Amino acid sequence: MARPVRFNITPKPRDAQGHIGMADAPEGYSGEGFFTTKLSEVVGLARKNSLWPLPFATSCCGIEFMATMGAHYDLGRFGAERMGFSPRQCDMLLVMGTIAKKMGPVLRQVYIQMSEPRWVIAVGACASSGGIFDSYSVLQGIDQIIPVDVYVPGCPPRPEAILDGVLAVQDLVGKESIRRRNSERYQQLMLSYGIQ
Amino acid sequence: MGLTNERIKERLIEKFGESVTGFSEPFGMLTFEVPKEMNLKLLQFLHDDNELKFRFLTDLQAVHYPNDKGRELAVVYHLHNFADNVRIRCKIFTDIENPDVFTATRLYECANWMERETYDFFGVNFVGHPNLKRILNVDEMDYFPMRKEYPMEDQTRIDKDDEMFGRGGTF
Repeated sequence: MARPVRFNITPKPRDAQGHIGMADAPEGYSGEGFFTTKLSEVVGLARKNSLWPLPFATSCCGIEFMATMGAHYDLGRFGAERMGFSPRQCDMLLVMGTIAKKMGPVLRQVYIQMSEPRWVIAVGACASSGGIFDSYSVLQGIDQIIPVDVYVPGCPPRPEAILDGVLAVQDLVGKESIRRRNSERYQQLMLSYGIQ
Repeated sequence: MGLTNERIKERLIEKFGESVTGFSEPFGMLTFEVPKEMNLKLLQFLHDDNELKFRFLTDLQAVHYPNDKGRELAVVYHLHNFADNVRIRCKIFTDIENPDVFTATRLYECANWMERETYDFFGVNFVGHPNLKRILNVDEMDYFPMRKEYPMEDQTRIDKDDEMFGRGGTF
């Protein structure tokens, strides 16, 4: 069956079938030659559609993520085209795979090296809860050492599930207040993990 | 032709007499036991003897037998004779209260990391080892996880329902 050729003539909403959508303008007042809206909406719009992912892949979930990055599932459709392999440049940490207790401090260091704002996805059962490795050597979920925004279940999750997780993070990013990272509550959260 | 298990056994008894015990041949591999004070003498003899020529230490590890009082920990040496392609296995047993065993690092450099691993998991104290500290587990660990007195599962968890994992509960 021939594939229909699509041109980006009429803006369509972004979906999982590969349509690239145009981001809608945020809510606001517009008139002749002006448009007003909240700064946080504009910043959120920009941030959510240009996330830089940092893959931290230690096992089989990482292989699923490679498929997610590849042409078939194409994470790039969601504005997360470029994998950054330096924590200092990235916004979104994807932890994929079993984290041994000895790896814990390394992961924490990577998280600390990321600059604010930063988001974390725990991909798969091991990163979320230790998974089947209920053992003396395995960290029972990365949320023991760093705060996690989105958990993706599965062992390993399919690429669609990882995409869904990324979309969930985009949703969080788009709605986040620009003051959140300076708030008392956020400081408390960081302190509870011992991160300044 | 070649070095047979019978010949190795003969040479060992010739040299060490009654000290070498517990000969067996599981899957054709000669296995025996010596007192733990004799491990270095034995390894040195197997290494230097011009007929035996066991000059490669393939593996070194421990086994925990919790019910065998006074000889709970076994340290097992796997040796290889490259010239005749013969492998043997020798064991020493030690009390878990006093797990001091002489190190083989002076004889085999490769014993260094293997002894650290054995110390890490079983707590065998290799006397004379140049750097006896944990190698695989986190440095803060304060027990030896492969000893059978410790359960496999992480005991700090509270969110995993034992019934769901097929242990305890009503099953």
